[in-house]
Amino acid sequence: MTIATATFESLLAAADAESGIEFDGLRIEQTGKNEYALETPETERTGLEADALRQALEPLAAYVTNWWYWRESVGGEGTARRAFLRWCERAPLALEERDAETGATDEDALTVSERYTALRDGIDRKWGQLCVTARLDDDGDDGDNGDEPTGERVYDCWHVDDADTDLTDLKVYDDPRDARKLSTHDEDGRYRPLKTAPTLRSGWAFTGLSGDELVETVGFFYPATVANWHRERRGTLDVDHWLETAERQTGIYDVVEDLPREAVAWMADACCVDSQCLRRREWQYEEGDDLDVDGGDGAFTCREPCSLVIAAARKWTILESEAEHTYELELTTSERNQLEELIDAVAEGRTDEIREADVNDGANRFRARYLRAKRFDEDGNLEATRVDE
Amino acid sequence: MQALVIAAHGSHLNPNASDPTYAHADTVRETGAFDEVREAFWKEEPHFREVIRTLESDEVFVVPLFISEGYFTEQVIPRELRLEGWEPEKWGSDGTNASQVTLEVGDAAKTVHYCGPVGTHDAMTDVIVQRAQSVTGDPDVGEGVGLAVVGHGTERNENSAKAIEYHTERIRQRGRFEKVKALFMDEEPEVDDVTEFFGNEARIASDRSNGQRQCDDIVVVPLFIADGYHTQEDIPEDMGLTEDYRLGWEVPADVDGHWIWYAGAVGTEGLMADVILERAADAGADIGGALETDVTSSDDRGHRSETETEPGTDTGTGMGD
Repeated sequence: MTIATATFESLLAAADAESGIEFDGLRIEQTGKNEYALETPETERTGLEADALRQALEPLAAYVTNWWYWRESVGGEGTARRAFLRWCERAPLALEERDAETGATDEDALTVSERYTALRDGIDRKWGQLCVTARLDDDGDDGDNGDEPTGERVYDCWHVDDADTDLTDLKVYDDPRDARKLSTHDEDGRYRPLKTAPTLRSGWAFTGLSGDELVETVGFFYPATVANWHRERRGTLDVDHWLETAERQTGIYDVVEDLPREAVAWMADACCVDSQCLRRREWQYEEGDDLDVDGGDGAFTCREPCSLVIAAARKWTILESEAEHTYELELTTSERNQLEELIDAVAEGRTDEIREADVNDGANRFRARYLRAKRFDEDGNLEATRVDE
Repeated sequence: MQALVIAAHGSHLNPNASDPTYAHADTVRETGAFDEVREAFWKEEPHFREVIRTLESDEVFVVPLFISEGYFTEQVIPRELRLEGWEPEKWGSDGTNASQVTLEVGDAAKTVHYCGPVGTHDAMTDVIVQRAQSVTGDPDVGEGVGLAVVGHGTERNENSAKAIEYHTERIRQRGRFEKVKALFMDEEPEVDDVTEFFGNEARIASDRSNGQRQCDDIVVVPLFIADGYHTQEDIPEDMGLTEDYRLGWEVPADVDGHWIWYAGAVGTEGLMADVILERAADAGADIGGALETDVTSSDDRGHRSETETEPGTDTGTGMGD
């Protein structure tokens, strides 16, 4: 016997309900008193009494356990959690996701039998720097079921860079809350105030999570990304553009609405590109007035300027309020080039990679110290004369 | 289903600023009182702006992890949560007695019960006393001992001072400590002069005339949510616990012939989770038996004056950001 009695009884109750069952290719309808019609991509049967239905479902146990898992274990019809867990195993989209004009398609969706085959090995999905694996829960098999799985899924989650690392070389966790600590600092021990910065450290794995636990774990690594992804798929993502976000600020951030439009573009170029953040910027200067900077190909949608951008915008608003001047200073061509190299090295976060003795690199520490010794005065200022006074 | 959101400041610079928020959220999680518990921040993620949409519950209780009513609880949090029809008057508060208001939000079909900050709840009085017990290791601490409750000051934060004075008065009325005093970083009475207020040479005569004696031991509890540069740098140096905060200090430390028991931010006290639960329960949350002990009495507060600025967070990033 491969279908548990309790599962079958729930199935019958659902089939007896007005609309019957239509889920992931399984269709059961009550067509008369103790008479059912059964349909899957492989089978079509009518006029089945309950016992016959149960017999007919035996070779189709995957459809039944699949129905059971999504109905009983996951539930949450219409929630982001359910949509995300279905995405994890390449299940077909929910109706409202298919209907939305969002470009979300069922092209790579797997049928139940394809999914069950794939779930035995595990289905991998990438979520930012996370790799999420959905698989059938081996431990969920009970004696009655022989080799047939109960349909319960478990999930693993680790860093994409650890995809080929043996589990024994990773620190294993099972409490979603551990994700908070793992996401607080980067590999170099620096604080990550931006959770979607591409600096998540590796070397850990969460294993055997339930669906709820997986969503919670992902929520600690990348807060609100599942909710916004779900809205985007349903075509209901609410984007707040720069101006409306800036105008609602108060207190010390009241000033950011004065940031010039061109400076907003420089800011987006500095902060909101793929190399700095995994989010794809959907906000523009204002509705109908796009910034001429690529929003990136990030996995997650960015629906409004984040708090880091607002805090930085305050600094740039203050800096941009200064007048420009013309200065005269003496530099060799190489020294001018070196200034560019120095700025580039800092902007690309490359300074730690420059070798101690690599004096060919303009951003080498000794090259910088030499330039300072030569061109700075006793007060530590670059020797330059303002000529527009 | 019902959810709890703990709304805190967080920090772009200090990774530890959110530790108390996480700790209290975990304590509440473990009670099982809520179907969902979520931390939300002004400076971290999930941001206030995006927290409501992460919940499945229809009923959401938002408890600000702030010391006082003011800029954050009245402007920033309601605005970022998109509380529809919010205005501070809906709390009907005199500056320290906001309880809750029920509103809809603009980005989800949910009912939000927006609660007053933890810092002004009556249960906070017990947390301060608990803090005094834990720092001295004496569950009966009080007799012959002075207690100073320290706040940021009123310069930018009038209600912060009110909250501090409110709890100070409540503790004073219990008669447990020899003397209880509200002190501030930025204004009189200043924390710098802590020993003077507890019977230093110059004051002994007048104190004795009031029937009080000198307190050799003074417990100092800062009414801040998180430890940051105010509680870990400014206050210890201002009180003379240490020349340089980086060298640390003794607990207790000898200052002008008194023993100063300096406790660190009250917001890190484990009992804070109870205050959060009390806030939500006052707003109608069904928390079952999550509160093992009744740590607060009913609302027995009197009326005090109005107006507000902002609360006493200490995130290590500077105030008001």
